[in-house]
Amino acid sequence: MAPTVEIHSRQIGHPEWEEPFVVNMGPQHPSTHGVLRLFLELDGETIVGCDPRIGYLHRGLEKLSENLTYSQALVLTDRLDYISSAANNTGYCLAVEKLMGLSVPRRARLLRTIVCEMARISSHLLWLATHALDIGAMTVFLYCFRDREWLLDIYEKICGARLTVSYTRIGGVRLDFTSEIVEELYRFTEEFPSRITDYETLIDVNRIWLKRTKGIAVVPPEKALNLGLTGPSLRGSGVPYDVRKFRPYDAYDEVEFEVPVGQNGDTYDRYRVRMEEMRQANRIIRQCLDKLSETEGEPVVAEGAPDLLMPEKKKAPQAVPHPKKGFLVKGAEVPVVPEGEVYVSIEAPKGELGYYIVSDGSGKPWRVRVRAPSFVHISAIPEMVKGHMVADIIAVIGTLDVVLGECDR
Amino acid sequence: MEGILKAVLPGLILVGEALVLLVVALLHVAYTTYAERKVIGRMQQRLGPNRVGPRGLLQPIADVLKLLTKEDIVPLGAEKGLFYLAPFISLVAGATSLAVIPVWEKFVLANVNVGLLVVLALSSLSSYGVILSGWASNSRYAFLGGLRASAQVVSYEVAMALSLVGVILLAGSMNLAEIVKAQAASPFKVYAIPQIVGFFVFMVSAIAETNRVPFDLPEAETELVAGYFVEYSGIRFGLFYLAEYFGMVVMSAVAVTCFLGGWSGPFEVPGLPFFWFLLKLYALLFLYIWVRATLPRYRYDQLMGLGWKILIPLSLLNILITGLIKLWV
Repeated sequence: MAPTVEIHSRQIGHPEWEEPFVVNMGPQHPSTHGVLRLFLELDGETIVGCDPRIGYLHRGLEKLSENLTYSQALVLTDRLDYISSAANNTGYCLAVEKLMGLSVPRRARLLRTIVCEMARISSHLLWLATHALDIGAMTVFLYCFRDREWLLDIYEKICGARLTVSYTRIGGVRLDFTSEIVEELYRFTEEFPSRITDYETLIDVNRIWLKRTKGIAVVPPEKALNLGLTGPSLRGSGVPYDVRKFRPYDAYDEVEFEVPVGQNGDTYDRYRVRMEEMRQANRIIRQCLDKLSETEGEPVVAEGAPDLLMPEKKKAPQAVPHPKKGFLVKGAEVPVVPEGEVYVSIEAPKGELGYYIVSDGSGKPWRVRVRAPSFVHISAIPEMVKGHMVADIIAVIGTLDVVLGECDR
Repeated sequence: MEGILKAVLPGLILVGEALVLLVVALLHVAYTTYAERKVIGRMQQRLGPNRVGPRGLLQPIADVLKLLTKEDIVPLGAEKGLFYLAPFISLVAGATSLAVIPVWEKFVLANVNVGLLVVLALSSLSSYGVILSGWASNSRYAFLGGLRASAQVVSYEVAMALSLVGVILLAGSMNLAEIVKAQAASPFKVYAIPQIVGFFVFMVSAIAETNRVPFDLPEAETELVAGYFVEYSGIRFGLFYLAEYFGMVVMSAVAVTCFLGGWSGPFEVPGLPFFWFLLKLYALLFLYIWVRATLPRYRYDQLMGLGWKILIPLSLLNILITGLIKLWV
């Protein structure tokens, strides 16, 4: 006998059978920070269900890396979290260096720390700008962009690029700072704390801002850990986990800084944590600048580091990477990256950014896998918005600080 | 012939006056958008429009021309009649209120005895445009925007009407010109001082009524993309925009008339009878713009809470106290 199948007939008017009001938020939406798409099931203005869909910005960066040499794949990491490209570069370089056993000169480590913290400030500025704009405060947006512009200009002076910097190299950095850049950075670090105070006076005591952020999307510490949150989003819940302190890389063991943590784990605490992080980043840059003078004139690239060897200009159209050694190397004696696998994680502005690289000794990575904080954070959105209102969902997207370039890769 | 002329002439004069008022009001509305962009630009350390004409002064005209030449898109499945009608309801209701505003002692287009009621009625009517457009667009965002608008207007309409009751009690009239005259005769010269609570409630409700920041929930850009007019394009979109600014001008004009003493001022400015009225109007418009540059947006339930739990009790209390004072003094 055939199994009986219960056929649901739609009964209009019965609460259990009524179709939920589904709103398709994104991928083209002013405040989904790129191309995030959310299926929202609404009951009035209250969110009943939320289903994030990703993949609209997938460019296959991980797969692409497999066909490029280690040095070439570096530029792809710029495009992960395009707001803080210097941090992505550093993470990747650290992974390859660990694989090769290279030790980076001290000056290069200091320079990397500076650009990483600059990336943190510029990323947090962009976050503050968009977060405030999403909640409706449009003036903060432009103020933040003004200061971010200053940082981007400094980046331009450092390496010629503003957004996708590719400043670090495997085994060091590409160029040393000129004295002009150091002076400019001193000026910036002098000025910047007062700018943060400006933003805080604009929104910190604003009743509407407090109403919109306090008690919104509360994540208790255990839940935050279970959701896999990292970075400021985790520290807002009161878990003092920071890769810079737990597994120091570059020059973070030389500098003094504090790891700000929140108490309640709500949107307001995460906001406070990021504001405080900007101050700490400023402090780190300051200390590194002071230390730079001690290492004046030292090399910025490790001995024996692989580098891109540009073919002669007229041969450029036919140039191909070395078939055996993998990447184009400066001199034939430079060793090819040995076989092995490595995982290195750094504290990117958005959270813990990890690189897992498997090398088969061919000179090209066999597999590159990026542990992107945004990907994990997006998966936490449905948990965090449940029971909140439509207006809160954009506050949640903002407070997690997701970037789709990093999520989709 | 003479008889006909005698019969028609008052009508012609009225039409002429109405046209003058409308054109002047339209110019004000157009240049309010310009002023808003310039002032907010200044507050946000940028320039604002400065390309069209000297100092960007022709920008509003360029905007209108652009909107007129844009394609007028009607989404599939939209309720066509209502979709076309909605922006006009908003605009006409907003603009008609101007008729009862006494710009000057000798320039009141419609000197009706229930002027204040007319203003309130028309401002509620203009929200129909918002609700209908949200419903007729056949879009979820627009629908949510329309729903928010209806809830918002219902709650803030009450607070606004109640805040004006204090003024009516003091002046003993609903005729706006009478209210201005009564104010000039009162000890403080303006009702904003004895009716400070009413003035506050009225200004907050007026901002909510015109869907401006921080109460711009029906069109919350970052949540509902553009809210109720998300599906509109071209000049129909422009009409909604126009209606919003008309609402701003009208609400400011009502506030000037009812609380700030209308056309009367500390001294007469020779040759410029509208001087004080316009000065106060511009000050209030500037307030609107200033608020927009400063404040974030309320959440839907917080907005309702503010309306029902704070503004309405406040204005009721205000009526009570005003009534008692009126009784004993």
